[in-house]
Amino acid sequence: MTTSEASAIGLTHGGSEDTGLGNRGPQSKSIVVPYGFWLFVLSDMVLFSALFATYASLVHATDGGPVTSQLFDRTNVAIETLALLISSFICGLAMIAAKRKEMLWTQIFLFFTGLFGFVFLLIEIKEFAGMVAIGAGPQRSAFLSAFFTLVGCHGAHVTAGLLWIGTMMAQIWAKGFQPHITRRLLCLSVFWHALDIIWVAIFTIVYLIGTLP
Amino acid sequence: MTQPQPEPRNVAPGEPHDSMLSETLSYIVGLGLALLLTGVSFWVASTTSLWGPGVATGLVVLAIAQMGVHLVFFLHITSGPDNTNNVLALAFGVLIVFLVMIGTIWIMGHMNSNMGPSPEIMNLQTQRG
Repeated sequence: MTTSEASAIGLTHGGSEDTGLGNRGPQSKSIVVPYGFWLFVLSDMVLFSALFATYASLVHATDGGPVTSQLFDRTNVAIETLALLISSFICGLAMIAAKRKEMLWTQIFLFFTGLFGFVFLLIEIKEFAGMVAIGAGPQRSAFLSAFFTLVGCHGAHVTAGLLWIGTMMAQIWAKGFQPHITRRLLCLSVFWHALDIIWVAIFTIVYLIGTLP
Repeated sequence: MTQPQPEPRNVAPGEPHDSMLSETLSYIVGLGLALLLTGVSFWVASTTSLWGPGVATGLVVLAIAQMGVHLVFFLHITSGPDNTNNVLALAFGVLIVFLVMIGTIWIMGHMNSNMGPSPEIMNLQTQRG
């Protein structure tokens, strides 16, 4: 067969446009990068599933210390849930504005995304400090070790997300809506929405089921 | 010669739709549904009018429903042909999550009830301590 035939059916790489990935070659970066990040987010959820499983196994191992219903306050959790949900919603609005390259609105929405995330984090830190102050720190029992690992890991993710939001605000401001900047912004929104999904599991399994009468 | 069929376009997860109105509407509907499900969760957890032993299961179902709302309306993971890769990755992730969680809870629950220390050992430890 001739060289042109071989390349047409994908047997050679020399001078061939065929990459073995369909007629058009690989997807553009604007698809591949967020897809890769989506895979990271899913693996992050697998990590959290291990922490949830640990928590569920150890929730009754209180070693005579405080139990779930003595420690958790539903009003706090409701405010935290609301703050994170509104934050996630405003993050979506920021993406809509960013797609239309509206600098001012993107910055405003990202600021409020971060602000509500910060409110969430403050309430969580206050809750943790209150628990440590009454002797219910992570060293007290296996249940509390599992609790602080699970909820603290989510809090650490939110902290990282806040730093990321600040970084993206600065990058959009300095570099404008270039393709690689908007890709990063899309990854940020995927990350932020995923954190809210994990929080739904936390407030249900840890807080609501933990405070059932 | 026929034109080659256009392959279905892929979309990235989290990418908003094309029209501004439908985009905003998607987020507003998502917010409303999420608020509703959260409210129902908190109500179910605090009311005494429901059958007690079923409440925990009901809460888990509500949480899974809310996660679905977040995935569809915030992350725009749909069943459309442009979303196959995202959905397949999600399905694999969900499979692993359920294996890890249910497997751990199942096995650790049995270990806990079957392999606890026997009364004699407990007795020895108490005497020594």
